[in-house]
Amino acid sequence: MKTLTIAAGALATSLVCGAGAAHAQGKTITLCWAAWDPANALVELSKDFTAKAGVNMKFEFVPWPNFADRMLNELNSKGKLCDLIIGDSQWIGGSAENKHYVKLNDFFAKEGIKMDDFLPATVYAYSTWPKGSPNYYALPAMGDALGWTYRKDWFSRPELQAEFKQKYNRDLAPPKTWTELKQVAEFFQNRQIDGKTVYGAAIFTERGSEGITMGATAALYAWGLQYDDPKKPYAMAGFTNSKDAVEALEFYKSLYKCCTPPGYTNAYMQEGLDAFKSGQVAMQMNWFAFFPGLSKDEKVGGDKIGFFVNPAQKVEASTLGGQGISVVSYSPNQAEALAYIKWFAQPDVQKKWWSLGGYAVHKAVVEDPNFTKSAPFAADFLKAMGGVKDFWQEPAYAQLLLDMQKRVHDYVVADKGTAKEALDLLVKDWQKTFTEEGKI
Amino acid sequence: MSDNVTAHSVVEPSSLTKRIAGILVVLYAIITMVPLGWIVLTGFKSPPDSISYPPKIVFDPTLEGYCNLFTTRSRQTAEYLASLPPPSGTCESIARARNLVVVSESKFVPRFWNSVVIAFGSTALAVFLGTLSAYGFSRFRVPLKDDLLFFILSTRMMPPIAVAIPIYLMYRELGLQDTKLGMILLYTAVNVSLAVWLLKGFIDEIPREYEEAAMIDGYSRLQAFRKVVLPQAVTGIAATAIFCLIFAWNEYAFAVLLTSGEAQTAPPFIPIIIGEGGQDWPAVAAGTTLFLVPIVIFTVLLRKHLLRGITFGAVRK
Amino acid sequence: MRFAEKVATVTPAAPARRVRSLSDRTIAWLFIAPTIVLLLAINVFPLIWTVRLSFTNYRANRMNVPLRDVGLQHYNDILTSPDVWAAMQVTARFVIATILIQTVLGFALAWLVDKKFRGHGLWTTVILLPMMLSPAVVGNFWTFLYQPQIGLFNYVVSFFTGIPPSSFQMLGDLTLSPWAIVLVDTWMWTPYVMLICLAGLRSIPDYIYEAAEVDRASKWRQFWTITLPMAAPFIMLAVLFRAIENFKMFDMVNLLTGGGPGSTTEVASITLKREAFEKWRTGYSSAFAIILFVTVFGLANIYVKALNRLKQR
Repeated sequence: MKTLTIAAGALATSLVCGAGAAHAQGKTITLCWAAWDPANALVELSKDFTAKAGVNMKFEFVPWPNFADRMLNELNSKGKLCDLIIGDSQWIGGSAENKHYVKLNDFFAKEGIKMDDFLPATVYAYSTWPKGSPNYYALPAMGDALGWTYRKDWFSRPELQAEFKQKYNRDLAPPKTWTELKQVAEFFQNRQIDGKTVYGAAIFTERGSEGITMGATAALYAWGLQYDDPKKPYAMAGFTNSKDAVEALEFYKSLYKCCTPPGYTNAYMQEGLDAFKSGQVAMQMNWFAFFPGLSKDEKVGGDKIGFFVNPAQKVEASTLGGQGISVVSYSPNQAEALAYIKWFAQPDVQKKWWSLGGYAVHKAVVEDPNFTKSAPFAADFLKAMGGVKDFWQEPAYAQLLLDMQKRVHDYVVADKGTAKEALDLLVKDWQKTFTEEGKI
Repeated sequence: MSDNVTAHSVVEPSSLTKRIAGILVVLYAIITMVPLGWIVLTGFKSPPDSISYPPKIVFDPTLEGYCNLFTTRSRQTAEYLASLPPPSGTCESIARARNLVVVSESKFVPRFWNSVVIAFGSTALAVFLGTLSAYGFSRFRVPLKDDLLFFILSTRMMPPIAVAIPIYLMYRELGLQDTKLGMILLYTAVNVSLAVWLLKGFIDEIPREYEEAAMIDGYSRLQAFRKVVLPQAVTGIAATAIFCLIFAWNEYAFAVLLTSGEAQTAPPFIPIIIGEGGQDWPAVAAGTTLFLVPIVIFTVLLRKHLLRGITFGAVRK
Repeated sequence: MRFAEKVATVTPAAPARRVRSLSDRTIAWLFIAPTIVLLLAINVFPLIWTVRLSFTNYRANRMNVPLRDVGLQHYNDILTSPDVWAAMQVTARFVIATILIQTVLGFALAWLVDKKFRGHGLWTTVILLPMMLSPAVVGNFWTFLYQPQIGLFNYVVSFFTGIPPSSFQMLGDLTLSPWAIVLVDTWMWTPYVMLICLAGLRSIPDYIYEAAEVDRASKWRQFWTITLPMAAPFIMLAVLFRAIENFKMFDMVNLLTGGGPGSTTEVASITLKREAFEKWRTGYSSAFAIILFVTVFGLANIYVKALNRLKQR
């Protein structure tokens, strides 16, 4: 009922204040993003923009495993396909330095859009380059972090509760640490539930794009990983391959070995969703972005699903996801694209965005006293966003990422070498890249 | 291939041998067809049926896969759905029944259309250029003829990814990236080697005497080419065209690297059709089926010339 | 066998026709020039550009970084990189395995079809279908067939062997995944080898067999002394074409495994794609492209020479 009122309110305001409707009647602009649930929600949301501003919206959505490849290819070829792009956080360095994105400072100043209105972590991660400087290349569009879902209905079965308590001397509950998580996963692995064999956890192991890195860093960050010496940037030896990092990676591999469904060698978000929705796993690692869809799922949604923040180990931390929306500098329709951003930044539109399944990070949404109660994962989302950590956002990020994909996948899935060797090789790869970049 | 039935009695295999051979070949053919049959079947399954365990052979056929192929949908709350006008059309009703709302048409139709335009455009161009060159190589003394022919062929040996690197840079400078024209030119360049080699073979088989007779009758060389050689070569040109068409239709590596939207063809698009969770297999299967149908028809049409086509005219029988 | 002849022996141009010289020559050039121009523009010029780039530090995604000559450094890096060698080995194993299996299977099928049982024409066309399809689109669908539990492949295997379907994973397993791609390639391309072998078998005149019968040579002996040697050039041709194609392999493997698990199925083209279009090391990948091209070109030439020698025997 509440969502309905929010939606109606947003609709009403957007009908009343018709800013931007003056120009560009009948023009069409294209927005590029990843193909996933929130993107389809954005299509629904954007109908209001078309109705109000008279600008037609076209969309190009590419699934995550191909998204970075395809869109960076598009930007590097100075393509005009996308007028607006909701690009991944790690692209910001390269896109700013190579001038793929339009710098938005003047526009924000002119239109009175204040970055203070958005969650600081998201502004830092999605909008700024160099990091933390007041140079904005994007408006935070979609907050996201890595989180977990679990089968609440299974966790609450008395017989399982009793058995778990007897075995581990604590309640069967969402895990607080990775050690607990593995115990819970082991507890469920190969268990018969309702006549079906189920497995412990669905985690990221994908090789092709960024999957296993995002999964492994969820553990690495919880073990306190720093990529480089805070006092001496790019000095990675002893940091990326620290003792804790080795331990974390070994732990991730042991979790993969003990508690994932069969055939789980190349799984990312989509495979995780499939495993969870088909009732194969007790827990699932995935992005918050999918949680609205999951909580509405016909089979595993509603009362059956619960959510928890990425467990801590030595520290509390979550892998950052999420994206900002940027204007592509090769676009011939920048005025309309900017009008879209202006429209999108309005608090009412942001509220509707949240109600439709997008993670608005406008303070008008997230600091609303009812926010944490508006969805079962909302409180966890805010908690996760409070402790996010991202991969390198350097212009050379793609290369850094591919190196990590290879080294980690070789170790975790393909059983090559030890964790120490994998991370040592990774440090070498990265040193080489940063040398080529002239940073060390 | 099959019309040669004048086997001699000594060499003719016994009927038992024939029967065993027949059974084995039919068995192989059936095994070969299973994956294709499965694609077609999956297109008519509902998403849950498609991922059921064990795989379902008997199921309630539905058009959901085809609907999902042509639309994109978003899962919304019941309250939100109730606020919308009632569904119009089959696909929208199917979606609403699953608490989904159809938010837009999918990109399948434009991508499929791109495939059609690019495949036919490049084929027409390649066959046109190929026919001219083949005639030139077949009938005239061309300096360094064999080197040129070999050069034309060798362009086919480059790994496509290797070719794509400089093409990418070149198209970026020329503004040809992600354009149909760019893809047509590229596929033409790849196909023209096949066209020249195949058509040269076909034209070689047309006796020179025909043209000579025509030229004695007062035709010019060009007229003789147009009015005598071309009509004779029609079958060969058609076969060559279909081969070029199939290549352009199936091509993936260039398409995935050099197109992103406006000119993207179906092969890089079909594998990335996803539903709410992972790949929407019924929709993928539906797209695959629609994409394969033309090829199956072409294969049947071409069956007599297949051998020649796949060996660049090296083997003709 | 025209192709092989053309490739190996530079025969003098066909006997000169008496030509109405100038106009014919003009026509010849008018007819041939457009093709050559197109190939120069789309193939040769880019190739030269690739060679040039292979000596620089160029990156297609960093246009504002000054271009610097690095000499032979990329070539040196590539030829000494264990990762590149691993990819080359994966490619070699893939090429050898597919060719061996497809040749044996294709030849056997051709031999069976050549028995001319009733309906062999129809069934041959059916068998030929897979090779006409898009490796990308069909390869993608095979990932579905290979899913443990829900995939048809594992289910069929378990049906016949009793092994539980979820106990093995074709695409994710270190030992099985190379075979998974070999299997799909075999499914697609065995018909290709079959078709060429069939032409070889049909090219053997009946009278040779008749003579052998008169000499009371056993069928077994006939096969080894007549059928196989006479069909050999055709088999070799099929091997040549398959080897070149599979050396270039990208689309099917990219969609089936993407090179995984780890780098177990990372064939050279996938490494090249990663370097060129994901890491954007354009200079480095240009050098790699040149090395690949020289390799395939060199191997093909050596092979054609051998093939020709075999034919002349």
